[in-house]
Amino acid sequence: MSSNENNAPLISIKNLYKIFGKNEKKVLEEVKAGKSKEAILAETGHTVGLADINLDIYPGEIFVIMGLSGSGKSTLIRHFNRLIDPTAGEIVVAGDDVMQLNDKDLQNFRRQKMAMVFQRFGLMPHRTVLQNITYGLQVQGVAKKDREERGNEWLKTVGLDGYAKQYPGQLSGGQQQRVGLARALCTDADILLMDEAFSALDPLIRSEMQDQLIELQDKLHKTIVFITHDLDEALRIGDKIAILRDGLLIQQGTPVDILLNPIDDYVEAFVKDVNRARALTVETVMQPQICRISSENIGEAVAQMRKSKQEYGYVVNDDGYQGMITQETLENVEKSDYGNAITDELLEDVPSVQSDALLESVISDMLDNEHPLAVLNAEGEVEGHLSRTTLAEVLSDSNEESKDPDPQKE
Amino acid sequence: MSDKSWMSEIPQLDRQELRDFKKLLDGLFRDFSREYGDAIQSFFDPLLSTLIWFEKLLLSTPWWLVIAVLAAFSYAASRSFKLTISVAAAFVIIGYFGMWEDTMRTMSMIIVSTLLAILIGMPIGVAMARSNRVQSLVTPILDVMQTMPAFVYLIPVVMLLGIGKVPGVIAVIIYAIPPVIRLTNLGIRLVDKEVLEAATAYGASPMQRLFGVQIPLAMPTIMAGINQTIMMALAMVVIASMIGVKGLGQPVLQAISNQYFTQGLLNGLAIVALAIIFDRISQSYAKRTLQNFGGH
Repeated sequence: MSSNENNAPLISIKNLYKIFGKNEKKVLEEVKAGKSKEAILAETGHTVGLADINLDIYPGEIFVIMGLSGSGKSTLIRHFNRLIDPTAGEIVVAGDDVMQLNDKDLQNFRRQKMAMVFQRFGLMPHRTVLQNITYGLQVQGVAKKDREERGNEWLKTVGLDGYAKQYPGQLSGGQQQRVGLARALCTDADILLMDEAFSALDPLIRSEMQDQLIELQDKLHKTIVFITHDLDEALRIGDKIAILRDGLLIQQGTPVDILLNPIDDYVEAFVKDVNRARALTVETVMQPQICRISSENIGEAVAQMRKSKQEYGYVVNDDGYQGMITQETLENVEKSDYGNAITDELLEDVPSVQSDALLESVISDMLDNEHPLAVLNAEGEVEGHLSRTTLAEVLSDSNEESKDPDPQKE
Repeated sequence: MSDKSWMSEIPQLDRQELRDFKKLLDGLFRDFSREYGDAIQSFFDPLLSTLIWFEKLLLSTPWWLVIAVLAAFSYAASRSFKLTISVAAAFVIIGYFGMWEDTMRTMSMIIVSTLLAILIGMPIGVAMARSNRVQSLVTPILDVMQTMPAFVYLIPVVMLLGIGKVPGVIAVIIYAIPPVIRLTNLGIRLVDKEVLEAATAYGASPMQRLFGVQIPLAMPTIMAGINQTIMMALAMVVIASMIGVKGLGQPVLQAISNQYFTQGLLNGLAIVALAIIFDRISQSYAKRTLQNFGGH
């Protein structure tokens, strides 16, 4: 999940405006002057598609742009490879100003730098699956043998072995989108643009495809711009999320940011229906400050416990997490025994949870234990703890709002 | 009666003025044809030699070979034995009733005109699909071509080129080209926007888009246009015979003026048979291209 914050952004969009209509340049001034979208539509008949969009997308991250239909998200993604030309603004990809490219350069830019996956797949019905996958390479002029070799490789990767000679019309929706994905990967472009790529698929297939995308991304480390109207999808696959409304970018941040700190009522209305237990991981809500007891004997443990001023501590030795020990137990131990090692009898049997586990999966452990659970990271070290109160707070917050008698509707 | 009102009578040129106007246009056109007639005629010379060559080819080929080639062609296009056998049978019957030579002449004429119509029509259709301006310019011309009685545009063609094969082919093309233009335009405009967008997004050049995506996807529609063009070309055969085009049209024309009922009927039926054969072959070809598109 760590994006390379220190690197320069791979894609950078500055002050992007898109106005639909005959006299866009003139209307642009009015938009910049702060006139509302409705006023402009009423007075000039021009539609403001996008206004003052600023985005930085870093290499290797999945950047999700989310919004409802009409919010301008599909318009926005088409600016990345200039399928749509902006009215004003700057688009910089890997240091190149895309707006300065002439037709020929733009063509090469599209061939080398970006690949796109479409909502309704955009496959060519007169070409076989393999010919579709290798389309990008064919356009580039790669020799047939070479491109079919590479195409077959990707066909296998997306799990469509044996479908090479079929036509797209003979495949199911999910299979067709796999072809779309393979076509995008086949050109080896660093940037993947996915325009509601999974929205046309039914829910089971959709989550399957999401898993596959995440799995592929772990291997390939592409930079993915993903458009969706589905917040669950955004939270599931996004490293960063930008929320678009009526052509304006209203919030950008990590999924947890958006979920826990919605910037306004609109975003809040969006996130309140999200099942937080399923969207958040333990890591995002745990408390990191803990008393970690790593001593060999009881005496040192008592000292460590006193120093931390906590009422309990997590006992760790070379074999990893052992269990929890309370201050009470420690203080009941006779001073003469301080030289002894900490034995199992002294420990409370408190289970541990993985930091990347979903909250959903820890609820039952939480209910069975009155003590806060230990949170372990991937290396098995104790990272923090998760208490009932924290969990209840995070989860109930959303419940309260969904019971709101007058929920805000679109 | 001097105060004739424009309310009751439509304002009109007087007869002298109208006569002068007609004379002027006729004179201009006559001068034009005298001045450039020869040049235009020699411009069409390659066309004439193609026509003659192709007609001779069909006439000198043994009948069974012609039938075999046609049968093979219809099988290749349709993959249907029924159609293939019907085609062969139809030609045998035509030959049996003594219309072989005229049929070959007509067929050569139709094939050359259709090929030319496609050659000229598709680029025009493509240009129309690419630009709304071109479309709004060409559409009224097509309307005129389709509704103007054929005899009217035969007059200038004959004045320029005399009678014979070339003016015949030109008349046929003028009459038959609109469907292929219109449906090429329509077919390309109907190509799924997202598919075209995909091609653009992967860096396809305008030519790669046209030949790799737009024309193949528009093919079923274009084939429907070509089919219509063939049908209209056949319908034009009888009229073209009035300006000296030999073939099935001439015996029909002769039959009309002499009231030879059976001769008219037989030659008419031969035209119908040709029409049905061409129609079925081109349609089943279009259907097969459509089938490749799978479950749409």
